[in-house]
Amino acid sequence: MEIFDNLALGFSVAVTFQNIFYCFIGVLLGTLIGVLPGLGPVPTIAMLLPITFGLPPVSALIMLSGIYYGAQYGGSTTAILINLPGESSSVVTAIDGYQMARRGRAGAALATAALGSFFAGSVATFLLAVFAPPLADLALKFGPPEYFALMVLGLVASVALASGSVIKALAMVVLGILLGLSGQDVYTGTPRFTFDMLELADGIEFVALAMGVFGIGEIVRNLEDEHTRTVMVQKVKGLLLSREDIKRITGPILRGTFLGSFLGILPGGGAILSSFAAYSIEKKISRHPEEFGKGAIEAVAAPESANNAGAQTSFIPMLTLGIPSNPVMALMIGALIIQGIVPGPNVVNEQPNLFWGIIASMWIGNLMLVVLNLPLIGMWVRLLTVPYHILFPLIVGFCCIGVYSVNNNAIDVFAMALFGVVGYVLVKLDCEPAPLLLGFIIGPMLEEYLRRAMLISRGDPLVFVTRPISATMLALAAIALIVVLLPSVRRKREEAFKE
Amino acid sequence: MTRFVKSPKEVASGLLLIVLAAFFAWQAMELPMGRAIRMGPGYFPMILAGLLAFLGLVVLLSGLTVPADPDDNGIRFRNWPWQALALVTLAVVIFGLGIRPLGLGPSMGLAVFISALASQRFHIVTGLISAAVMVAFSWAVFIKGLGLPLPMLGPWLGGY
Repeated sequence: MEIFDNLALGFSVAVTFQNIFYCFIGVLLGTLIGVLPGLGPVPTIAMLLPITFGLPPVSALIMLSGIYYGAQYGGSTTAILINLPGESSSVVTAIDGYQMARRGRAGAALATAALGSFFAGSVATFLLAVFAPPLADLALKFGPPEYFALMVLGLVASVALASGSVIKALAMVVLGILLGLSGQDVYTGTPRFTFDMLELADGIEFVALAMGVFGIGEIVRNLEDEHTRTVMVQKVKGLLLSREDIKRITGPILRGTFLGSFLGILPGGGAILSSFAAYSIEKKISRHPEEFGKGAIEAVAAPESANNAGAQTSFIPMLTLGIPSNPVMALMIGALIIQGIVPGPNVVNEQPNLFWGIIASMWIGNLMLVVLNLPLIGMWVRLLTVPYHILFPLIVGFCCIGVYSVNNNAIDVFAMALFGVVGYVLVKLDCEPAPLLLGFIIGPMLEEYLRRAMLISRGDPLVFVTRPISATMLALAAIALIVVLLPSVRRKREEAFKE
Repeated sequence: MTRFVKSPKEVASGLLLIVLAAFFAWQAMELPMGRAIRMGPGYFPMILAGLLAFLGLVVLLSGLTVPADPDDNGIRFRNWPWQALALVTLAVVIFGLGIRPLGLGPSMGLAVFISALASQRFHIVTGLISAAVMVAFSWAVFIKGLGLPLPMLGPWLGGY
């Protein structure tokens, strides 16, 4: 079987001292930021992007991926122990996980979360290995019109699946594309939106935008109300699950894994949506729905499996099509570009070491995470006692040096300050900044494919609807948009997100 | 005013989007448009600016007609953490201004200390310690460890 050869290749890459080391650093950092509320994977990866310059591409990507899925594990720890989700994808886990902890079953809840995550992570990684290469082969047959349609579909889907107002999210995508177009025009070299500043000739620095909006803006938001976090550092015991528990969590873990794997592929999906969807499904099919919210073990197992599976499969569109499905994947694409690798379907075929190495490292990383999270839980809990007012100035410092070192250019630091303010204002106006970031990354590609497609078709816009694949994708995008804008669906959708 | 404005948040978002659209359109006007077959650098931005203005208009109109969500408690400018916003932004800007002339050490120390001021729980001792720790850490990691071409002390302070 070809896949086993490929996986063998992957493990030969991943199981070197250097790559295991970076994988470990990644999952360790991931767990750390997952545990610390107020610091998510996006600013962390953005901060580390410049550091990855000096690493070989495989090691860089292995470390950065480890941060992302590691954060999913860490986030659940705080959710269960102190009812404070370290990551937004653990919000649902906090509901029942914390109730379990209050009843003295913290150990069981943590073990369930870790086992569910491990199972889901392993299965989703396997799915990634099976489905990514054929998808990449298919994408190789795409011409410019198909790519354009695919990107439109991706952007629309990310808007449709995000929470909050669809129109505003669309507007954020468009704004992101406009910002992404800044810098020299690829075809003519004409500077656009640079205000005659030489420093902006290469466009707005992506790291500055990401760190400003998600790092600095988030800090200001956390400073809105500084309440004391009361941390009860109780001794966590009873990590072993009873036979009864195992019976109860098997179904939810399986369902959560498959739901998460599927939703993770969709743009805008990923970890957060998966965990919410898994929770509501378990509640619907459970024989004791009244237990939900009072410490049902199923309500910890399903969302934790789903968010980890979703985190893993969201790599599929990034690695095969070069299209990010969420801001973290947008940063991964940024990391590939820094390394001089053109993201897209060619990565699988031209960089098999990179592709299979990352996949193999995910298994190793997931295994490390179980070890990191179960026996060492006490250490992570102690970390929670670091108060935010000590933590955030350090984050500001890291953001500054991080963004400066990308280009050794102070203009990026100023841009980050500006985008911090912009990010805060947008959040205050209920405009989600995540679609803005996706638009920013996809924008230049979108324009390039549009221009190429129009050139091929001699200026006839019908090219997008006469080619079957692009027509189908555009039709799907249109349907998705119409459906979420229908008043009845809109109301239901709002209810679903409120739950 | 509240009679016309049903949801201040929506109205403000709509206006902001329209202003941004106008700004981008104004900037794109100077760029050659080209035609559909060979699009100039201004073609796509102009389309997007139009789209952004349209979406902004929809948001604005919905803010004028559709009553706000009961959970939505408005923009509440007064409750914005103005001081924190200003101090954190200032800290970043000072880092940007200081990094060349002052070097990494002083600008990092200033940035950390000024942003520490943004917290209501600020204490001068912890603020100074954080700044010192961060300066030492960034020296060890970024200059010694990663070898970034950054002087610890800039030309203004006798560095190179």
